[in-house]
Amino acid sequence: MKTFYWLIKREFWENRGSFFWAPVITAGVFIVFHVIGLAQAQFTTHAISASSINSIVDQMNNGHGDLVGLALDMSMYGVTAMVYLVTGITLFFYCLGSLFDDRNDRSYLFWKSLPISDRDTVLSKVASATVLAPVIATVVGILAGLLLLLLTIIAAAFYGIHGWALLGNTHPFRVMGLLLASIPVSLVWALPAVGWLMLCSAWARSKPFLWATVIPLGSGAMLYWLDVLGVINFGGWFWHNIVVRVFISIVPWSWFPKSFDGSIFKGLKTPDQITTVAHEMLNLGHIWAQLLKPEFWGGALLGIAMIIAAIWLRRWRTET
Amino acid sequence: MSAAIEAAKLTKRYTSTMALDEVEFAIPTGRIVGLIGPNGAGKTTALKAILGLIDFDGSLNVLGMDPRKSREALMTEVCFIADVAVLPKWISVSQAIDFVEAIHPRFQRARCEQFLARTKLKPKQKVKHMSKGMIVQLHLALVMAIDAKLLVLDEPTLGLDILYRKQFYQSLLEDYFDEEKTIVVTTHQVEEIEHILTDLMFIRDGRIVLDTSMESLGQRFMEVMVDAEHAEAARHLNPMDERSVFGKHIFLFDGIERAKLEALGDVRRPAVSDLFVATMKGIYA
Repeated sequence: MKTFYWLIKREFWENRGSFFWAPVITAGVFIVFHVIGLAQAQFTTHAISASSINSIVDQMNNGHGDLVGLALDMSMYGVTAMVYLVTGITLFFYCLGSLFDDRNDRSYLFWKSLPISDRDTVLSKVASATVLAPVIATVVGILAGLLLLLLTIIAAAFYGIHGWALLGNTHPFRVMGLLLASIPVSLVWALPAVGWLMLCSAWARSKPFLWATVIPLGSGAMLYWLDVLGVINFGGWFWHNIVVRVFISIVPWSWFPKSFDGSIFKGLKTPDQITTVAHEMLNLGHIWAQLLKPEFWGGALLGIAMIIAAIWLRRWRTET
Repeated sequence: MSAAIEAAKLTKRYTSTMALDEVEFAIPTGRIVGLIGPNGAGKTTALKAILGLIDFDGSLNVLGMDPRKSREALMTEVCFIADVAVLPKWISVSQAIDFVEAIHPRFQRARCEQFLARTKLKPKQKVKHMSKGMIVQLHLALVMAIDAKLLVLDEPTLGLDILYRKQFYQSLLEDYFDEEKTIVVTTHQVEEIEHILTDLMFIRDGRIVLDTSMESLGQRFMEVMVDAEHAEAARHLNPMDERSVFGKHIFLFDGIERAKLEALGDVRRPAVSDLFVATMKGIYA
């Protein structure tokens, strides 16, 4: 256990930039734009226009506090989503380098001279990509979200809107809880991508990026073509469930857009309808129910198999 | 005295070459063994097999363990420096110490800090900002602070200047080695380690061609400096090698009676490098 803790610590030392600074800088940039937006009043930084201060004032004065609350909740999710996106990109490259870079610069010889099993080495990297980095990103996202909320409340106060009235319509604790509770869901979702990237990282003698991308893209394109020609009928399925997964599922919450039927947005008019739908999608039951879907547990099993293969390669494949 | 390393029919085949061809040897505890061979002779392959980094055929026993099966346990008792300057670039001196201290049960922090105090290294300094020589100093300080039973060194000083090289082997001998420990070292700079070795192994084309202690080396191999008039007589004794310096002929003999050679000229123990050159004759031809 102590060894594992230090292995994780080592990953953090080496990847402080991607695990910590990348989320912090992303959140920082988001906040700066938000402040500019608040200051310029008309300037809208994100899709949900209600969070521009003019709309907030209008909606509050028209008695649509719940809609304003939803918009503010959404801006908390929004900043976290940006942080997740950037973290996902850095994790993609982290995984690709995780079992290759130290073979490439031969420093694996130092790590291998210490009494650490190859299983623990690989698992510590898996844990860094699926637990450590997402937890850091989530915490950074939450703190940034709270800061956004605070800034908006202060700005609204200048327009004569009482802070408590605004805050009473938002659900910061629910947002926080949901984001934290979603980490295991994103973990399971990310396993096949992490497994594939680390397998390529452990296997490649050079250019792991090329192997990791060309194999799925090439086979995906070929199967898609065969599908179009009518030879097979799973080309489309393969593209959406295998190829796309390799590239996106390492991003936390990348499972979310496909977790509900897009038609629920049709015909939404009244504020009540909007908030109801939002709460249907953004609740614990909905996100944890994802784990029962075959693309989750099936993908996870595949991911675990690839991680086991990566451990074996790490044990015996030493040269690049 | 038990053997630290025992190899029987140790074989490693790569697709195109035999890196190790049924190699047999035993290294007793408390020795400093030089494993010397030309490029591609199988030195590194042998060391990698000992360290459990590669699979192989035959049997190999390192401190009573099979390196293929119990690499993790083996690494608590074996230390190695394979290749020069392989510490990760991002790590700092203090991080490296903290990490090894946390991971390795036989690491003594105080000892490591004592060794580092003799260098110019600073705790916050990162490996990427060190010279090659400094990286080796750090690596050696880390390794010498581990009370291991076997230390394996594969070209640990390649590319370092002579000050660092001398210091490296001197520290090993003065501050690290004792009769409980065993050191196996490969290098091309034979002259520099000659005086610290207790045993010598030559490896050529995946086979051990010479395995001797330094004491018996002097009894078996002799070098004679012969005047021109005795050169023909010396050639009749079937020397391994002949070269001439300043009009004198220098012959290298294997297993010829000392008295016979003394009749021809001055007899001395050959330098390991001369013996090596004579043994490896024709290897690249």
